[in-house]
Amino acid sequence: MARFGMVIDTRKCVGCMDCVVACKTENDVPDGHCRDWISQRLQGTMPDLRLTITSERCNHCDQPPCVSCCPTGASHVHDFGKVVLVEHGKCIGCKACLAACPYDARFVHPDGYADKCTFCIHRVEKGLDPACVAVCPTHSMYFGDLDDPESEVSRLIASRRHFVLKPDAGTKPRIFYLE
Amino acid sequence: MLELITTRHNPMVDPALHVWGWEIPVYLFLGGWVAGCMVLAGWLMWRGRAPGERSVAYALPWIGIVLLSLGMGALFLDLEHKLYVWRMYLTLQPTSPMSWGGWILILVYPFLALGAFASIPVHWLSRWPSLAAFSHRLREPNRLRWLGAASIAVGIALGIYTGILLSSLGARPLWASAVLGPLFLVSGLSTGAAFAHMIAGDRAEQSMLLHADIVFLMVELALIALFLIGHLTSGAQHANAARLLLGGPYTAVFWVLVVGLGIMVPLVIQSLMAAHRVQHTIIAPLLVMIGGLALRFVIVSAGQASHWITP
Repeated sequence: MARFGMVIDTRKCVGCMDCVVACKTENDVPDGHCRDWISQRLQGTMPDLRLTITSERCNHCDQPPCVSCCPTGASHVHDFGKVVLVEHGKCIGCKACLAACPYDARFVHPDGYADKCTFCIHRVEKGLDPACVAVCPTHSMYFGDLDDPESEVSRLIASRRHFVLKPDAGTKPRIFYLE
Repeated sequence: MLELITTRHNPMVDPALHVWGWEIPVYLFLGGWVAGCMVLAGWLMWRGRAPGERSVAYALPWIGIVLLSLGMGALFLDLEHKLYVWRMYLTLQPTSPMSWGGWILILVYPFLALGAFASIPVHWLSRWPSLAAFSHRLREPNRLRWLGAASIAVGIALGIYTGILLSSLGARPLWASAVLGPLFLVSGLSTGAAFAHMIAGDRAEQSMLLHADIVFLMVELALIALFLIGHLTSGAQHANAARLLLGGPYTAVFWVLVVGLGIMVPLVIQSLMAAHRVQHTIIAPLLVMIGGLALRFVIVSAGQASHWITP
């Protein structure tokens, strides 16, 4: 059984926001909301500065607090690729998952249910990459099975220095950033 | 247009932290108050207070039904997908305190209803012989004792759950404390005891409830101290979260409304009342109730303002 994850090369990402636009278009994300976004972190002291650009979204954590706190089971780990999804017809809009997510990756859809990145599971089931990965003009994003040691994502994680966001939140995120 | 949207929703600029407004603190307050009413009414029933003795034990369940209904109304208003609320009751999610809470609320109503029903004089039910017979059976001292014990157990579950509900959402460090469950329970007991001694007609009962409230307020103070010490002696994100109440933006409302006017002042007034130095006044119990409401507002709001500090 696959366990999908993403690897993003921060040395290649230029923060063009193509991934954000592609996601909004592909998933018909309502105005005023985004399933993914770009963060920029400037570290250091002038003139020794370092800018890190990260394309961020739901981390589809291995220990997702949004799933364990959901009172109806609407937030769940899907069998296909262990992707964290929300079943709209089960969601009561209590917002516990929004409060539980350390990445603030969720929002309330205007129709009332909690919404977030799905890793474009409708595309992945057809053998395609998620929209954000497919459109990245610098090819900084990789998608694949983390449990397959031969997959590109596994080999990149094994061979390159990398970090995850908020590791001490203890959720075991599955988006890895190459340094 | 897309560029405007994408830049505005950079989470460093516009994070969606405050997801719960007034409805959740109001619900948590009313839920705690009902829990206090149930435990105290249960205790009086266990001690053998019978219906018809002018005991608050049989008034509190009526008030509990009203308060809980108001609280659940507030909870319903908070839901964004309201027509799907019935989904709560098609499942029990063992890892979700909100799921347990939904079921605990279902358990609470029958016990409140039984307590309320026991207070209805049997002769009022003469037109419904089966109800009159049931009331007669319910009023047997042993059955009332067991109803009292069950009310205490369900009340404690309700009171603790309101705190655990928040502490299970680990993304907000201020809530990540095991003390929150007991703190909300004791605050609910204190609110319930304050309200009960405010409305009690029986002098002996009023005095007992007054003394109980003094104890609850002292325990609440100790739990608040433990809550803050626990955060300050933990990791950086917890210490930062505690500083929201210790010099941060929630300091004034926490120390003035919750600790000062909500606990310390009524503690002094009620101690003087217990020592018969001042007359019984409704000011102290009203302050306790305002403090209980302010505690929920501060903890819910400050909790949502606390966050993980690592990028």
